[in-house]
Amino acid sequence: MPVTVHLPTVLRSHAGGAKSVPADGATVGEALTALAVEHPGLSGQVINGDGTLHKFVNVYVNDDDVRYLAGLDTPVTDNDQVSILPAVAGGAVPLPPPLQV
Amino acid sequence: MLHLPEAVHSQMVAHCLVGLPDEACGLLGGDPDTGEVVTCYPTRNLARSAKLYTVDPKDHLRADRDAESGGGSIIGVFHSHTHTDAYPSPTDVAQAPDPAWHYVLVSLRDICPVVRSYRIVDGTVSEEPVSLRPL
Repeated sequence: MPVTVHLPTVLRSHAGGAKSVPADGATVGEALTALAVEHPGLSGQVINGDGTLHKFVNVYVNDDDVRYLAGLDTPVTDNDQVSILPAVAGGAVPLPPPLQV
Repeated sequence: MLHLPEAVHSQMVAHCLVGLPDEACGLLGGDPDTGEVVTCYPTRNLARSAKLYTVDPKDHLRADRDAESGGGSIIGVFHSHTHTDAYPSPTDVAQAPDPAWHYVLVSLRDICPVVRSYRIVDGTVSEEPVSLRPL
């Protein structure tokens, strides 16, 4: 049995509108990578090209944020629930100016 | 248009006032097709700042599950600006997570809190009307 990955509304269009999809893998990273292979539109949306977790995304295994576990190396087992949600942040201070190269 | 029950409006403003002097934040659950808000989910501001907010990811997960289990979804976020207008800052625009969401600002700059709602799509901000539904 694979894990179930719950997608945020903003990513569902990349998976045919599905709220959740199955994915195989021994770790969160493997499951999400397999998911991006099956649904190429998800590629780069959760895991960066360098294999790190996207800064503006939170990923959970069951009730726990993987950043407080082993990150993308967090092991998953059959029937685990993996949830992806956007990081929600902002505030009144303006962003710093872009770096001049 | 964003349709707010008066109870949700009151909950949002109260949560923002209680959060002073820091910014406060929360999520709105409801019907994404109609913009009808059903539930206010006050969340912790992990940034604990008067100028920044970060919705606690654990609170977000709980709110998302609750909204989805009721057949709806999270359709927006609210946060306070403690000393500035109820208008999205460049930070808010740059970090807007979902173009389908409603972005509600609660300004506490003046004595009477000001609540306004916006859509943020591809970096473009447009204000939308807010209708209050009686209790």
